[in-house]
Amino acid sequence: MTDSAKLHQPHPPPKGERSHAGDFSYVGIDAILEQMRRKAMKQGFELNIMVVGQSGLGKSTLMNTLFKSKVSRKSAQPNPEEKIPQTIEIKSISHDIEEKGVRMKLAVIDTPGFGDQINNENCWQPIMKFINDQYEAYLQEEINIDRKKRIPDSRVHCCIYFIPPTGHCLRPLDVEFMRRLSKVVNIVPVIAKADTLTLEERDDFKQTIREELRANGIDVYPQKEFDEDAEDRLINDKIREMIPFAVVGSDQEYQVNGKKILGRKTKWGTIEVENIAHCEFAYLRDLLIRTHMQNIKDITGSIHYEMYRVRRLNESNAGPETKRNQTL
Amino acid sequence: MGQQKNLEGYVGFASLPNQVYRKSVKRGFEFTLMVVGESGLGKSTLINSLFLTDLYSSEYPGPSHRIKKTVQVEQSKVLVKEGGVQLLLTIVDTPGFGDAVDNSNCWQPVIDHIDSKFEDYLNSESRVNRRQMPDSRIHSCLYFIAPSGHGLKPLDIEFMKRLHEKVNVIPLIAKADTLTPEECQQFKKQIMREIQEHKIKIYEFPESDEEEENRLVKKIKDKLPLAVVGSNTIIEVNGKRARGRQYPWGVAEVENGDHCDFTILRDMLIRTHMQDLKDVTNNVHYENYRSRKLAAVTYNGVDNNRTKGQNSTKSPLAQMEEERREHVSKMKKMEMEMEQVFEMKVKEKVQKLKDSEAELQRRHEQMKRNLEAQHKELEEKRRLFEDERANWETQQRLEQQKLDASRTLEKNKKKGKIF
Repeated sequence: MTDSAKLHQPHPPPKGERSHAGDFSYVGIDAILEQMRRKAMKQGFELNIMVVGQSGLGKSTLMNTLFKSKVSRKSAQPNPEEKIPQTIEIKSISHDIEEKGVRMKLAVIDTPGFGDQINNENCWQPIMKFINDQYEAYLQEEINIDRKKRIPDSRVHCCIYFIPPTGHCLRPLDVEFMRRLSKVVNIVPVIAKADTLTLEERDDFKQTIREELRANGIDVYPQKEFDEDAEDRLINDKIREMIPFAVVGSDQEYQVNGKKILGRKTKWGTIEVENIAHCEFAYLRDLLIRTHMQNIKDITGSIHYEMYRVRRLNESNAGPETKRNQTL
Repeated sequence: MGQQKNLEGYVGFASLPNQVYRKSVKRGFEFTLMVVGESGLGKSTLINSLFLTDLYSSEYPGPSHRIKKTVQVEQSKVLVKEGGVQLLLTIVDTPGFGDAVDNSNCWQPVIDHIDSKFEDYLNSESRVNRRQMPDSRIHSCLYFIAPSGHGLKPLDIEFMKRLHEKVNVIPLIAKADTLTPEECQQFKKQIMREIQEHKIKIYEFPESDEEEENRLVKKIKDKLPLAVVGSNTIIEVNGKRARGRQYPWGVAEVENGDHCDFTILRDMLIRTHMQDLKDVTNNVHYENYRSRKLAAVTYNGVDNNRTKGQNSTKSPLAQMEEERREHVSKMKKMEMEMEQVFEMKVKEKVQKLKDSEAELQRRHEQMKRNLEAQHKELEEKRRLFEDERANWETQQRLEQQKLDASRTLEKNKKKGKIF
């Protein structure tokens, strides 16, 4: 689809905008929306999602299900057998996907080896370093004298943390990790492989997790303090009642009632991924993509990045000036 | 080896199994089972399902309440009776295993516990009086593998490598209703591959002479490790009641062979192979422990006795005799010493008593002497007083005489006027 832009034709003023000159002189301020839309479509969007969790929790499958295409690292480099790496590696795979003329550059950052060793002390350090490196790269670009028109945004917008479905409570590793990372990036906790839990177990588990998050002072996305107005708060409160989302991922299609749906087939039934009676994948997808994607990016840019920038520039102002640190 | 002879009549020793059976039933059986795995894998639920009891009742605090900083080893005993046969079942639980951020050496408390049970049995076997030998050795260890679908975790491999020589390790895939049948197959293959790669010796089902049993055993072997689902809630499925887990998309039945391998595990663990597990524990793992322990003892004995210049090739029994003799002589010496001390103390006490008696005697004498002295003094005084009195009396008499004389003189004077 090349030219999807519609020419905006002047017509009698739509509800709302009225110039005080009169009814017949239509200024056309609302055309800005259309211009923005066109520009955005030309530019495309960038989204960087990081997935963190122990191996075997279905992270790659969930990514594939979210974007309905093979975007995970497993599809990029097919391995005959999975070997757990000895140290945590950070692998970033980017894809360009397009839907209805909107282009998106999606980067999925995977962290194989997290939480898999016997001794998992400081397993969050490589991840924090990676996130800070991305902020650093953006900062360097920003303070350049000769800087590019559009700074490539490789900052991690959202980190999806996979909680194993034990059904009891958060493990010390989960608490430690989320506590440290909720300060630098938006964390969205999800309960992985939720088809292990019955509905009562799921509710109990969620309650326990919410209490533990509150008790430990972990602020996950959507953060309460960044709600802009009452309307936002209402919507976000509803979401906050539901986190962590209990998700099931699948990239295999089955026939159920004549329709082709994504699901998992077991001997006692088929789990439909997009059925909200079965799991909350649909809510997660709506949150991440359909309703809150821009909000996530904004919070990353205006809050997390700014905090990093303030900290960093205070550090370098206190110390000797480097060559590249020019204006401020 | 003796020749096999054909009997010409009915002797009757075919009833031996019955006698053994009756005796065993009277004595009752013991079985100790250990469950190991991260928290949240359904260990307690599986135990409840296996033995159809509420060993871990709903009031028993779940792992969220029992988060431990270090790995603990807890024992619970339950006496189960069925058809006149009673079984003393001990379940050893290991809360806290694999839950911390740093899980190095989380297997150490488990190994220590197993060794301590072996040691108890060794000691009770070596006692002089061994009428009662309670067998609390761990007969089998169920290891729960998390259903990741990929393979074994480093923790799983480490643990099994360290424990496969000490106890019968039976690996299980926990919460198997997470996996679809294909994923389950692949996972099992992957696990068995890794087990062979790391040369882990899990519990081997024994081959038997009968074809029928062999086929059963082979079927079980194909399905290792067993993928289990546990539940004690009864759900209605197609009109009949079964234990299972209710999901919005269906019911996973615990006892359905298509859904999971729970029935195989239960049959194997309880109905067919319980005795074999105990035998292997006794003949293989316990003997390993015993030979290692006693070899260490003789080695240590050699080190200690080298200065005394004794023979190094002693059998463990002689070594133990030696130790016993030493111990007895030590006891004798101690006894003698104590007697000496006792005598000494008695002598001291007697001496003290004598001393105080002498002291008392002396004081008594002194007081008597004092009294006598006083008495004498008083006597002296009395004498003096008597003397004085006598003097005074004589004086008085003299005075009286004088007075009388003067009075008579006066009288005479008056009368004398007449003269």
